[in-house]
Amino acid sequence: MPPALVAALIGLADDHLILGHRLSEWCGHAPMLEEDLAMPNIALDLIGQARGLYTYAGELEGAGRDEDALAFGRLERAYRNLLICELPNGDFAHTMLRQFYFASFMQLFWQEVESSTDATLAAIAAKAVKESQYHRRHCAEWVIRLGDGTDESARRMEEAVTLLAPYAGEFFIADPEACGAVAAGVLPETQALQHAWQADVEQVFVAAKLAPPEAVYAQKGGRRGLHTEAMGHLLAQLQFMQRSFPDMTW
Amino acid sequence: MVAFQARRAWEAAAAVLDPEVPAVTVADLGILRAVDIDNQGRAVAQVTPTYSGCPAVLAIELAIEAALRQAGFDPVIERVLAPAWTTDWITEEGREKLRAYGIAPPVDGSSSKRALFGEITVVCPRCAATDTSKLSEFGSTACKAQYRCNDCHEPFDYFKCI
Repeated sequence: MPPALVAALIGLADDHLILGHRLSEWCGHAPMLEEDLAMPNIALDLIGQARGLYTYAGELEGAGRDEDALAFGRLERAYRNLLICELPNGDFAHTMLRQFYFASFMQLFWQEVESSTDATLAAIAAKAVKESQYHRRHCAEWVIRLGDGTDESARRMEEAVTLLAPYAGEFFIADPEACGAVAAGVLPETQALQHAWQADVEQVFVAAKLAPPEAVYAQKGGRRGLHTEAMGHLLAQLQFMQRSFPDMTW
Repeated sequence: MVAFQARRAWEAAAAVLDPEVPAVTVADLGILRAVDIDNQGRAVAQVTPTYSGCPAVLAIELAIEAALRQAGFDPVIERVLAPAWTTDWITEEGREKLRAYGIAPPVDGSSSKRALFGEITVVCPRCAATDTSKLSEFGSTACKAQYRCNDCHEPFDYFKCI
């Protein structure tokens, strides 16, 4: 198996680990009990999906790196996640809009992977597609409730739309490491998902009485390991135990 | 002899209870796929993970390993991803045990979007009323959502359909 697929899978796994970690920061801080259960639950799903991908990438690589080595043992520049995943949470509106964008994209992505020529990825996708549909719906409901809510909640949601606009475009920039896998029918071409994603966002925005996001220059670099300022701080927390006590076990 | 040993190994592994829902066994849930004796005489248990985010997967594997060891086998746990587990694999007996334990079993087939999104009638596991409402899409574990019965007013868990 070409090492390019390993890099592509690590990038995909990084999206899930990093966003899952961000989401877990809400545990104990959510605006209500139901959301305090919902966000860590979604985070658990994302981290579970990341584990499957890391483990498989490690097996394909054959260099003895397991899920822990990949999740905790790399330097910042070796992480290949999309920038939107590492952004600080902001307020609840910002978190929900980001999660909606991500879940909507991933549901389209996993749908395609379900018919991947790679049986292991197809099996990971078979579960992940249902989980991301579930997340998408939950978050879309919050986007609608806040966008079409009070003046204050609408203002917060509008602000989130503006703040996230430069980061949504990176979903659809082709990962050079994934080219071979795309050609082999192992992974889908992300640009091909853009139209469906925009239609999904538009439909939710209409219900939320939100103006569509302005077309702005897309920030990119995550897939090349070029991160925002927030990433180093996130990794400091994420990796602390493994850095202090390498290969520790509970 | 091998067939007899395999049968005995299956019985030992199949009796392991789910750590989060101790009313059902791993066999009831369809998590334990097969137990075979390999040519080195080891008991190879094939286990499939449930929800991606279920933290109990490892605990379940360890429990199966311990049960096999206790029954005198040299156990090997094999994690099988494909085909992916769905709630359809929960046996009829498992569904009944869930209900008796106070958890409404998944409604409909997992391929049904209606079932995943709860646009379905979830029957109260306590009083069998059909007038129930969803309280929260996420519950105490990755596999459950929260419902309430509008008839007996008891809250209850619903096993999410995937």
